[in-house]
Amino acid sequence: MAAVTQPEATTTSPGARTRVARSFKPRYPTWLTSPSFIYYIIFFLGPMAILVAFSLATQQGFGGLSYGFNIAQYRLIFGSFYLDIFGRTLLMAGIGTVLTVLVGYPVAYWMARYLTTYKMLALLLIVVPFWTSFLIRTYALKIILDPNGYLAKDLGINILYTKYAIAVGLVYNYLPLFILPVFASLERMDWTLIEAATDLGARPFSAFREITLRLTLPGVVTGALLVFIPMTGEYIIPNILGGGTYEFVGNVIGDQFNSAQNEPFGSALSIGLMAALSVFVIVYIVVATKEERFGA
Amino acid sequence: MVLFAFLYLPIIVMVIFAFNKPSAVALSTFHGSNICSLPPAQIGNITVWNGFTTCWFSAGLHDPTYIPAIVVSLQIAAEAAVIATVLGLCAALALARMKPRLRAPFDSLVYLTLVVPEIVIAVASLIFFVQLRNSIHAFPDLGRVTILLGQVVFNASVAMLIIRARFVGMGDTLEEAAYDLGSGPIATFRQITLPRLMPAIVAAALLSFTFSFDDYVLPAFTNGTTNTWPIVLFSAVRFGLTPAVNALATIMLAATVLAVATTAVILRRSRAAGRDTARVLDTAIGLR
Repeated sequence: MAAVTQPEATTTSPGARTRVARSFKPRYPTWLTSPSFIYYIIFFLGPMAILVAFSLATQQGFGGLSYGFNIAQYRLIFGSFYLDIFGRTLLMAGIGTVLTVLVGYPVAYWMARYLTTYKMLALLLIVVPFWTSFLIRTYALKIILDPNGYLAKDLGINILYTKYAIAVGLVYNYLPLFILPVFASLERMDWTLIEAATDLGARPFSAFREITLRLTLPGVVTGALLVFIPMTGEYIIPNILGGGTYEFVGNVIGDQFNSAQNEPFGSALSIGLMAALSVFVIVYIVVATKEERFGA
Repeated sequence: MVLFAFLYLPIIVMVIFAFNKPSAVALSTFHGSNICSLPPAQIGNITVWNGFTTCWFSAGLHDPTYIPAIVVSLQIAAEAAVIATVLGLCAALALARMKPRLRAPFDSLVYLTLVVPEIVIAVASLIFFVQLRNSIHAFPDLGRVTILLGQVVFNASVAMLIIRARFVGMGDTLEEAAYDLGSGPIATFRQITLPRLMPAIVAAALLSFTFSFDDYVLPAFTNGTTNTWPIVLFSAVRFGLTPAVNALATIMLAATVLAVATTAVILRRSRAAGRDTARVLDTAIGLR
């Protein structure tokens, strides 16, 4: 089968000056999407559907269950214990995101504005930590924060197995993920606009606020969401750096499937987490489309 | 500068502690010849510096659990990279020039696979695979295959977005020219489209490989009895490890950096290829 549909024959009558408009566009057939479409339906929508079915099922003894429409598991989430865990997860992810923005934006700004020859090198240096295992890096942070170790002892830091250690871990692991897209949007900035503004009498800070910040805000918001979502679902960092003392929703979900064997409740918690996240995603989409309409 | 110190401090610590000796207390009661044969339970406190030794490198390379787990992870990552890139490429080609109305449902599905937290996909895949195994006899038990099947979902979406961005960015004028000059659709794809997409395809495959190799959460729930490198690492970090782990991680980091440096040097010889490397790098980190 042909991979590309044949272009329409172009006919130009001899002598005619005007070029006949062609409706040709090189197109690939729609069926090329079907392998991944079918794959997504089986291995993504399939699991999601069964997750919903499990969350509404009733536990029968240990491990057995009968399907039905039982919303008891969802009621359980609204108890103060689990609402607390949801609240703390969103709060920690929020704090982690804000810290990442506060640390990452100035770095991306500095790289885009002031680096020339070493720009590529700086980018590479930000990517290299990605090539070391996430787990090893988190373990190394644990060594650094260990109250018996050199650094933490001498600096008088004793935060291992607390929420502060988790916050450090979140910022450390997600910083590169935020810097790269923000750097990309700062790269597209037209710096002559700043020159024009300062020439016209704007002070550097107000020029930055009125022009740079405004133009790169969409990139910053996208980058922030890009780190906020995985932070909310974080499993490893609270486990290793929190030592089980400060669990995220992700850890509670994992426990339901590992040790507690309460799969319906774990499924309901998963749906709850997605519902909580979808609020942020929807707000983002609404704001993003509004921005687009105003041409920002 | 402070930021780079912050980013690299843990990595430097990892490398330094690959050369750490067992604690003095542990050594005083130890009578064997190879101090690096001490098991994690008897090694004492290794989060402080006890002295210099290189024996963890050989201990790590001969470890009966670490090495097979690394091999399994490499194999799964390679398979995931190939499958995800092929799926992503096919979808990207068709989607890039499809009508928005037809494209929208597929696009939202792709974004959904990226937005759903990994822990949710992991537990959902776990119960899905178990149910599938119970109802379809030919479906494999939890293990390598189920890890692979689960990982390809996310990786195919990433690969599709990377390849599509490049495909849309490069326009269709050259393909049009090829048609005008009488080239058929398959020849055009092979000679024009594919070579120009290559940097994005390589970037997508590399990124899929990295994601899959480093992935803990999804395999942790869908692995059955199979051990991957991150799974072994996680239990080591939780329940005690030896500097052999640091030594292996150091070797892998060195190998990656070396491979990247060599590729860059070789490709720099030809200018066009050099530009391609830059493009692969740019695409890999999401700049283009």
